[in-house]
Order: sequence, then structure tokens, then C-alpha cells
Amino acid sequence: MSTTSKVASTNGATAVAGGKPSRIGAGAQWADERLGLAGLAKKNLRKVFPDHWSFMLGEIALWSFVVLLLTGVFLTFWFNPSMVEVEYQGSYAPLRGSYVSEAFNSSMHISFEVRGGLLVRQMHHWAAHLFIASMMIHMMRVFFTGAHRKPRELNWVIGSLLLLIGTLEGFTGYSLPDDLLSGTGVRAADGFIKSIPVVGTYGSFLLFGDEFPGTAIIPRLYIIHVLLIPGVLLALVAAHMLLLVYHKHTQWPGPGRTEGNVVGFPMLPVYAAKAGGFFFIVFGVTAVMGALMTINPIWMYGPYDPSKVTAGSQPDWYMGWPDGLLRIMPGWEFEFWGVTFPFNVFLPIIVVPGVMWTILLLLPFIENWITGDKREHHLLQRPRDAPTRTALMVSLMTFYAMAWIAGGNDIIAIRFDLSINQITYFLRAAIFIGPLIAFMITRRWCISLQRHAKEQALHGYETGIIERSPDGAYSERHQPLPAAKQLVITGREGDRLPELEPGTDANGVRKPGSRTDGLRGRLSKLWFADNVQPPTQAEIDEAHHHHDGAHELGAGSSADDDDHVTLTKGH
Amino acid sequence: MRFLNRSAGRLSRHRRGPLAGLVVLLLGLVLTGTAYAAFAPAGQAEEAADNAELVEQGRELFLVGCATCHGQNGEGVLDVNGNQLGPSLQGVGAASVDFQVGTGRMPMVQPGQQNPSKNVAYSDEEIEALAAFVASLGPGPGIPEEEQYSSDYLDSLSAEERDAAINRGQQIFLTNCTACHNFNGRGGAMPRGGYAPGLRETSEKHIYEAMLTGPGQMDVFSDGNIPPENKREVIAFLTTLEEEPQQGGFSLGGLGPVSEGLFAWLLGIGGLVGFAVWIAAHTTRTQKGKGQA
Repeated sequence: MSTTSKVASTNGATAVAGGKPSRIGAGAQWADERLGLAGLAKKNLRKVFPDHWSFMLGEIALWSFVVLLLTGVFLTFWFNPSMVEVEYQGSYAPLRGSYVSEAFNSSMHISFEVRGGLLVRQMHHWAAHLFIASMMIHMMRVFFTGAHRKPRELNWVIGSLLLLIGTLEGFTGYSLPDDLLSGTGVRAADGFIKSIPVVGTYGSFLLFGDEFPGTAIIPRLYIIHVLLIPGVLLALVAAHMLLLVYHKHTQWPGPGRTEGNVVGFPMLPVYAAKAGGFFFIVFGVTAVMGALMTINPIWMYGPYDPSKVTAGSQPDWYMGWPDGLLRIMPGWEFEFWGVTFPFNVFLPIIVVPGVMWTILLLLPFIENWITGDKREHHLLQRPRDAPTRTALMVSLMTFYAMAWIAGGNDIIAIRFDLSINQITYFLRAAIFIGPLIAFMITRRWCISLQRHAKEQALHGYETGIIERSPDGAYSERHQPLPAAKQLVITGREGDRLPELEPGTDANGVRKPGSRTDGLRGRLSKLWFADNVQPPTQAEIDEAHHHHDGAHELGAGSSADDDDHVTLTKGH
Repeated sequence: MRFLNRSAGRLSRHRRGPLAGLVVLLLGLVLTGTAYAAFAPAGQAEEAADNAELVEQGRELFLVGCATCHGQNGEGVLDVNGNQLGPSLQGVGAASVDFQVGTGRMPMVQPGQQNPSKNVAYSDEEIEALAAFVASLGPGPGIPEEEQYSSDYLDSLSAEERDAAINRGQQIFLTNCTACHNFNGRGGAMPRGGYAPGLRETSEKHIYEAMLTGPGQMDVFSDGNIPPENKREVIAFLTTLEEEPQQGGFSLGGLGPVSEGLFAWLLGIGGLVGFAVWIAAHTTRTQKGKGQA
């Protein structure tokens, strides 16, 4: 850096003139004098990131987004978003002579004539899968560890929007080649829009510019796919990252880690290398997938034709769960005054996904309202230390999984020799019961883990060494946990119930808004119910006292050594 | 007359020649043979006799292996609840027998939603006999000749004709077949545990017969619906589908987005999370060198 060359090399009274700056130093100096980068760089190049694998999941999303931009630009050089009908005369023999749209024709051209075209097309598609999948696992990590709490709620909202818009970007993307599968998807989308009461038909005509399929949908989807949504995505990604820098990264509790610091490695040289290297890994994995694994073989599907359909017509996986809800929805359709209301489409495709996304968006605020937590949090929680939150996410995931399974019901039926009807009947129940069971199991599981952790913190871990006392009693020796582990258990914050004012005043008159306060109080009690609190100093001292006693007594011959008794009872 | 007399005289000159007897004998044999072949109805009679023998042989096999469900005369059998145990075979034709028995679907293990293909229980001669017997019950589609279904005819076409034939085959396949059998011929699910089987393992003859007879839940594609030459083009398309190289790499089962999503999550995300764990686990020594960038 330019400044290093001017740093004094002695403690003498007179400043030592800097030597001639190096070439790089001179270049940096030149740039700094014009752009003022030094201050920014000084602050940010040393920015510290904590080290944990789960903090790199969002990075997968970022890097696959970069892969998407790179490969997407390549594809635009040849793709022609037009629905003009042409005769296919490319090098894929079985389709030669078919009448196809120009969009399909140019996709075939990219796949079969452009050098590396199929590789890049497949990389683009795989990267889209990875982009959305990594956003989802990143989101789950954030929620499970409590990283969505104050002050990061808005970044959660931005992330949820990224997930929603990324999904739409994926849909518009895989609709572009105008092959049989994507055309079926667009046809379905047309039906979904039309299922909306009153405005549905107008919405459909607005989007398609005509009766389906018209000639406008591909050019429109194209401009949405390459300009509108990527622009929004870029802006949101930028905002997401700026907020990340502003809030600083969260970290796991541990020695030396507090709410007021970040312990980890600096951007330069460590994280630049790690993150930069991870980009190449993501690019490499995408390239290997694109090279070896067929995705969306449009030459096999053939051009879209509304009169044709193929078995196994599914959307890409991220649209699979609404499709699954549609598949298990009973066929409830109503007619009012000669107008059909397709409730069986409207509910699973329009209402439920909308509700689910709203819930997702509001999760930090819902939790905050229940817990009444107004403190800032920079230290993460282990999932077990927030049992109800963890259980809530697992139950949402179970709902998602059940809908997802329903989306692949026909493939599951043929692959596992099952009846598609029975899968449907099962899932109709499981989609309601499954999340409840998952909630209860997860919550109790977390609480058991909390108990176990507290037990270990107070009495040490089981060494597997069995000792026999002189009077014949057997006991297992316990050792204290390593200091770092101990700190994770003892150092965490305990749960704090919100302090709610009583619902009635001194004269027994109900206060306005006390009804919601009452609900809130009940919910927060449920939220924290049965949670195990971290050991208090008194409990730790008590345990230590017992253990000291145990060692002495163990050497002696007292048979009623109560600590040994409790330990052997406990295990 | 003079001319005739002269040539008869010339011929007559050889009448005592050394080969004369042999020539006359040969002429006599050829004449007799040709006349016999031309006038005698013996050929058909023999064929009819052969066929009757075959039908009888088939009937005996049928009584042992099929009559329990299909009835002794192939009239179909109802069980005690009035449900159809085995359907009537009158008019299903020899093609149906050749398909059902030739792919091992018949004899069935048990009644059910789907009749899966399995090891073939009868020899080719026995199948022929069974087919002859069932064909004798009523008129129906016969077993196709090889030139009707074989995709080998593609070799005799010019490159352009070949492309056109395969393209027509694909169009017909996409219009009529993919809705159940999948775009890749990998099969698909049908209601209540039934399925449209994958077509990759099915022989050309059996594909043709299936179109002709519509086994199970499949529609019948009669010759009026899909003419024989188009049926052959569908088969030609399916054959080229198998011969096509996998342009995109591994086909992942050829099942569409479900298997793609599975691989994206298991291999893609699974692998990348593995790399993330690896990167985070390999932490740097901060004291190495001067510690300055």
C-alpha cells in the first residue's frame, strides 16, 4: 500500500523521508489521490469475518449468481426471443423439418451448433438450481441460529424478497426455450392467473397480449428475465451485502467473543483468498454439472405445441411445492351465476404460496412480538437453545417437504411401485399432521439437548472409565468439559419473558389493547415453556463443591457419597 | 407346312440320340409338376391341415394355462362377485396373444391394476400355437410381418427421407404417446398403482402389436388412426432415441425436473456445503511472515 512506504523506520526526532515508492505503491498513490480509496480500503480490507462453514452458505448463492450472470450473458449472444415460426434445419436429425418457434430454434442452435453452447446452457440451468437452493439453506441457517434478530430484521426481509424474486427469475428463465415442457409450464401459469376471481382473465390477457399462447409471451418473459429481475436482484444483493457490512457478521459464542466484537480473520489476506477460492469452486462444480449431467434436454421435448404433453411434466424444483399442493388439492370448483370459480387452483397456487411467503417475511417480527426482545444480538444461538423457534422452522420445512413430495408424486409412484392415489391421500393428511408432529418432536428434542448440555456443564462429560470403590460400588468418572465448550453452555444468555403490564389497572378496569397483551403473554409463556436455562453461578459452584467432595470421598470409603449416588442414578 | 415338316424332321433326326431319353424324361417331369402345382388344391389343403393342427395344439395349451380365467372357449370368466376375472378373447386377434404372452405379461401372476412384463413362460412355437387358437375364436389383428415394424428399412432411405421419417415418428410419438410414456420413452404413472411402462426394453414387434391391440389401459391405435407406415416411423424414432448419443451427459434417469432437482440438491448443494466445511476447517496461521498484505 502507498502508506507503508512513508512509515518512519526509526524513533528518531526527525522524520525519515520515505524512499522511492514501489511501482505498485506509486500506482496506488495515483489512484488514491484521485479516488480517495485508501480510507475505504483501510477500513474494509481488514474487515473481520468469523470462521464457520455455515457462514459460507450465502456465499454459494452469491457466487452462483455470478455464474448465472456470466453464463447468461453468453446465452444472450445467440438466443432470439421470438415466437415467429420457422422450419428447424439444424444438426439434430430427428427434429429436422419440424416447425418451431425462433426461440426454440435459437436454443437448439446454442445447444448443437455454438461451440460450448450446450455446456453453458446447462451450467446456467444448474447454477439457477444452486442459486435458489443455497438461498434456502442460507435462510434456514440464519433462522436456526437466531441471526435474524435485531438489528438484522430488514436484511431478513431483503433475503426473503431475493428468494421470491429468484424463484420468479428461474420460472421466466426455464420458460424461454419454448420447448414442450416449458410451454406446459407457461400454460399452467396462464391457468393460475385465470383462477384469480374477477381480474384473472384480464391479468392473463395483459400478460399474454392475446389468447394463450399469442406471440408476445416469450419476448416479454425474456425482457423480464434479462433486464427487470436481474436489475432488482442486483440491487437487493447489494443492499443485502451493505447491511451485512454495516451490521458486521454474527458469530458463535466462545472465548473472547462478545456482543461488542467480532473474532475471526481479516478480509485480506485470509477471507479474500477463502471467498475468492470458493467462487472458483462454485464455478467448477457448476461446470462439472453442466458438462456431465443433462438438464432440460429441449431436443427430446421438442417444440411446444398446446396439443401435446409429456408424462413427468413438472416445474423446476423450486416451483415444485405449489405444484404439489395443486396435485393433492381436492377438485373443489364452484359456480356462481354461470361463472366458474376454480377454488381448487386458486387456493393452492395463489393463496397458500402468498400466505407462506408473508409468514416467511414476517418471521422475525412475529418472533420479536412474542418474545418482546428489544436487545441487539450479535452472538448466535445454537438451534437447541431456542427450541420453539427451531421447532417452528422444522415444522415449516415439513410442510414444504410434504408439498414437495406431492409435486413429484407420479415419479415416486413409478420409481417406488406405489399407487399415485394412495400417495395423494397420505399427503392430504400428512401436510397438516406432519408439521405438527415435527414441531413437537423437534421442540422436545431441543429441550433434551439443552438438559444434556447443562448436565455436562455442571457435572462434566462421561469418560467411560468405570471405577470401583473399596466397598464395591461402581461409578463412572466424569471430567469437566474443555473450556471453550463449557463457555458455549454457561456463557449464553438465559431466556427473558417479556415484561407485560397487568391488563387491568388498580380499579380493575380493563386497559385498551390488553386483550392482545394477554394473547402475547400466553404465547410468550408457550414460547419459552420447558426451556432449560443456562446454569447459574450458584449451580456451578454447587456442582463444583459436590465434585470436590466426591474426589475426597472417593478416596475414602463413605458409601453414602450423595454425588456419586446422583451421578450413577442419573446415567 | 414345309417349314414345320422340315423342323420336325430335324428334331426327329435326334430321336435316337444318346440324350434324347433324358430330355424327354425331364420334360415330362417338369410338365407334370407344373400342371400339378397349377391345378391341384393340395397346397392350401395342407396349410389348412397344418393350421388346424396348430390351433388344436394351441387349444390344449390354452386349456391348461389360460382357461381358468379366460374360459374354455376364450369367452371370459366372471368371479362370484360378478367381476370380470379374465376378459373375453374373441376378436382380440393373434397380435394380442403374441404381445401379452411374448412379453411375459400373460400368464398373469394375480389380477391387479398393472400387469407387469416378466420372464416369458412359453416357447416361440407355443406362443404361435396359442395365437393361432385365439385367432380362430374370432377375426382380429394378426401378428405383423417383420417388414411392417422393423426400423431396418431406414437403411434403404436417403438421408433426407430418413430424417423426414424419424421426424414424423417423433411428432406422432409426442402427440399420442408421451402423455403416458414420457418424452424419453421412460414411462409414467397411471391411476391406482398402474403405470405406462418404459419403452426402452420393448422389442419393435411388441411396440407395433401394443399400438395395434392397446393392452391394459392403453388406447388402440388402429390402422385407420395411425397408418402402418406411421407406426413403423414411431418405432424408427424410438430406435434412434436409443441410438442417439447422450448429448448433455448423463440422462439422470430421463425423468425430467424431479430427478434434476434431486441431483441439484444432493450432488450440487451437498458437494458445495462439503467444500464450505473444508474451507472453514482449513484455517490460516496468522503469524506467518510479516502478516501484512
